[in-house]
Amino acid sequence: MSEPVLSVRGLRTTFPGPEGRIPVVDDASFDLDAGEVLALVGESGCGKSMTALSALRLVPRPGRVEAERLRVCGRDVLELPVASMRALRGAQAAMIFQEPMTSLNPVQTAGAQVIEAIRLHERIGQRAARERVVGLFHRVGIPDPEARVECYPHQLSGGLKQRVMIAMALALRPRLLIADEPTTALDVTIQAQILELMRDLQRDLGTAILLITHDLGVVNELADRIAVMYAGLVVEQGTRTEVLAGARHPYTQGLLRSIPSLARPGERLEEIPGAVPSPAEWPAGCRFSTRCRRVVPRCHDEPPEALQLSATHVTRCHVVAEESAP
Amino acid sequence: MSDRFPRELLRVEDLRTWFPIRRGILRRPVGFVRAVDGVDLSIPEGRTLALVGESGCGKTTVGRSILRLVEPRSGRIWFDGVDLAALPPAALRPHRRAVQIVFQDPMASLDPRMRVGDAVAEGMQSFGIGASDSERDRRVAELFERVHLDPDLRHRHPHEFSGGQRQRICIARALAVEPRLIVCDEATSALDVSIQAQILNLLSDLQQELGLSYLFITHDLGVVRHLAHRVAVMYLGQIVEEAPTERLFRHPAHPYTRGLLSAIPSLDPERRGLAVAVRGDVPSSSNPPQACRFHTRCPEVFARCREEAPLLLPVGHAAAGAVREGETGPTEGATSRCFLTGSSNPI
Repeated sequence: MSEPVLSVRGLRTTFPGPEGRIPVVDDASFDLDAGEVLALVGESGCGKSMTALSALRLVPRPGRVEAERLRVCGRDVLELPVASMRALRGAQAAMIFQEPMTSLNPVQTAGAQVIEAIRLHERIGQRAARERVVGLFHRVGIPDPEARVECYPHQLSGGLKQRVMIAMALALRPRLLIADEPTTALDVTIQAQILELMRDLQRDLGTAILLITHDLGVVNELADRIAVMYAGLVVEQGTRTEVLAGARHPYTQGLLRSIPSLARPGERLEEIPGAVPSPAEWPAGCRFSTRCRRVVPRCHDEPPEALQLSATHVTRCHVVAEESAP
Repeated sequence: MSDRFPRELLRVEDLRTWFPIRRGILRRPVGFVRAVDGVDLSIPEGRTLALVGESGCGKTTVGRSILRLVEPRSGRIWFDGVDLAALPPAALRPHRRAVQIVFQDPMASLDPRMRVGDAVAEGMQSFGIGASDSERDRRVAELFERVHLDPDLRHRHPHEFSGGQRQRICIARALAVEPRLIVCDEATSALDVSIQAQILNLLSDLQQELGLSYLFITHDLGVVRHLAHRVAVMYLGQIVEEAPTERLFRHPAHPYTRGLLSAIPSLDPERRGLAVAVRGDVPSSSNPPQACRFHTRCPEVFARCREEAPLLLPVGHAAAGAVREGETGPTEGATSRCFLTGSSNPI
C-alpha cells in the first residue's frame, strides 16, 4: 500500500504558559490514506483545529509543533524549508475554514482571488487562468459563473462564498484537503448542498479529506473513518460504523447520547457533566476522568494505553480494557 | 402537560415588522425589508412553541417584536389579555417583567465589569422585587442553585465562567423577575452538544417546576423535536406551516418543511446520502418573490404558485393519531401555506 497522504504520530503542539509550555495537542496519532475521508470530531477546545493547523505548519506564534512523525504527501513537514512548505500548501494540501466571510479578501473579486491562487503555483496566463476559474465555479455549482467571477465577496451569499472557497482549494487538484467546520456557519438547506458537492468532488478527484467538525450528522454523511479527540488526544478511532454504532469510549458514547435528535421526544438528554477542561487543567491519568461516569480509581493515576478492539477500531479507556481482557 | 386545556398566554395576530431601507442625503426610505410580514402565533401557559427557519427568515425579529425591542409596524400582541403592541412605552414597563429573553451569545449579553450576582439582581431592583439588598442577594443565591450553579460563584465576573455556565447565569437573570414567558433566541446554538444537553434539561425542568412558557427560536430542528409542543416554520417573514411537533416531523405538509427535514444529516450509519430537495439560496426579504414566496426554490412548483399567494389554512387529510394527547382545543391540527396541502386551498 502507498504511503498515507497525512501521517501523524505523537503530535504535540504547545504554547508557553506561566509555568512552562502548555500542550493544546498532546500525543495525537492518525493516518489518512489517499482518497479517504477522515473526520476529526470533538467539542470546542479539544484540539482538533490545532491538529489541522499543525499539519500544515500554520500554528500561530509562539506555538511550537513537535512530533515523532508528521508527514504530508510524503514530505516531512517539520524538516521542510519555508519555501517548499509554501509550495506544498495550496498545491498539494489545501484548507478551507468555517467562516467563508472572513477567509475571502473583501476588496478583491472572487475570481481574482482564485486566479491569484492558481498563478502562485503554476505558470499560466491571466486569460487561461480566468477561463479555468469560470470552469471551477461552474463545477462547484455557482450559478452564472461568468458574472460571479467579477463579484466581490459581499455580493455573494454565505453558501456561494463557501463554494468559492472550495473552488479555490480544489483549483490545483490537491491530494489533501483539510476542511475545518466547512458547513457550520451555513443553514441546513445550504449545508446539504455543500455536503453533496464535497462528496461528488471527493469521488471525482480522489482528494483525501481531513474533515474537522463537531456535527456527527455531517460526519456520517462524508466520513469513511472517525477519530474522536478529547483534551488534545485521540481517544477513539474506527470506521464510521464502528464509532457511530459501536462507540466504546465513554466520551464518544456521551457525545452521541447528548444529541437531541437521537433521544426520544420529551425524554431527558444524557449530559456529560462539567465542561472540557482548559489545557492547563488537564487531569493526570485519563484526561476524561473528571467528567466520566464510569471512572475507576486507576483512571486518576495512569493514562490509558491505546487498545486495539479490531483491525481498525482503537480506544483509550481503562474500563473498556478491563471488560475486553480475556 | 397534565391539564388538558391550558390557557392561552400569548397570541400574536398579523404581526408586521418592517425595516426601512434609507438612501440619499435625506435618508428617505426607498423601500422596506419586510422582516416579519403577517405572522400569527399562539402559546398556551406552560407550553413551548418553537419558531424555526433559516437565517434571514425573520424569526429573531418576531421574538424582539413581542418584547418591543423593535417596534412592530402593525399587528396585535395579546399577552394575558392585554395588547402589548398598543401600549405606550410607560404602560408597557410592568409587562416587560412578564416576558424575558435569553440570547445566543451569553458573553455578549453580560456586562464584563459587573459581578454576575449583581447582573442577576439588577432586574429585581428595577422592578422593585425584594425589600433590601440582602434579601435580593439571598434570592440570587437561590436562583443560582435553581440553575445548578454554586451560589458562591455569584461574586465573580463573567470571564471566569465557561459558555454553558454563562448561559445558566443568563437564565437565572431572566428568572429573577418571575417571568411567565421566556423567549429563547438560539439560546443553545453556540454551545457544544454535551453542554447544550445540560441547558435543554434545565429549561425543561424549569418549565415543569414553574409552569413557564417558551418561545424557542432556533435553526436546529433536532432541538425542536426534543422540547417543543408545537412548531411554526418561517420563510421570508411568514409562517408557512404550524403543527404539533410530532405531527410536523412525521407528516410535514409544506414542501419547505419537507425540504428542511430532508436536509438534516442522519446519524444512523446505515442511512446516509442526503437527498437535496431545496436548492439555491433564500431570496432577499427586501424583494421577496411575488405570489408564493417559496416558489423560486420549491421542487413542486406549478403555474398557480407564481400568480397567487396561498393562505395559511388547515391541512387536509389530518393524519389521525398524529396529534398529541392534550393538544386538542382551539389550536389543534396543522396549518400550511401551500396550494398543494390546504383543504380549503383547492387547486
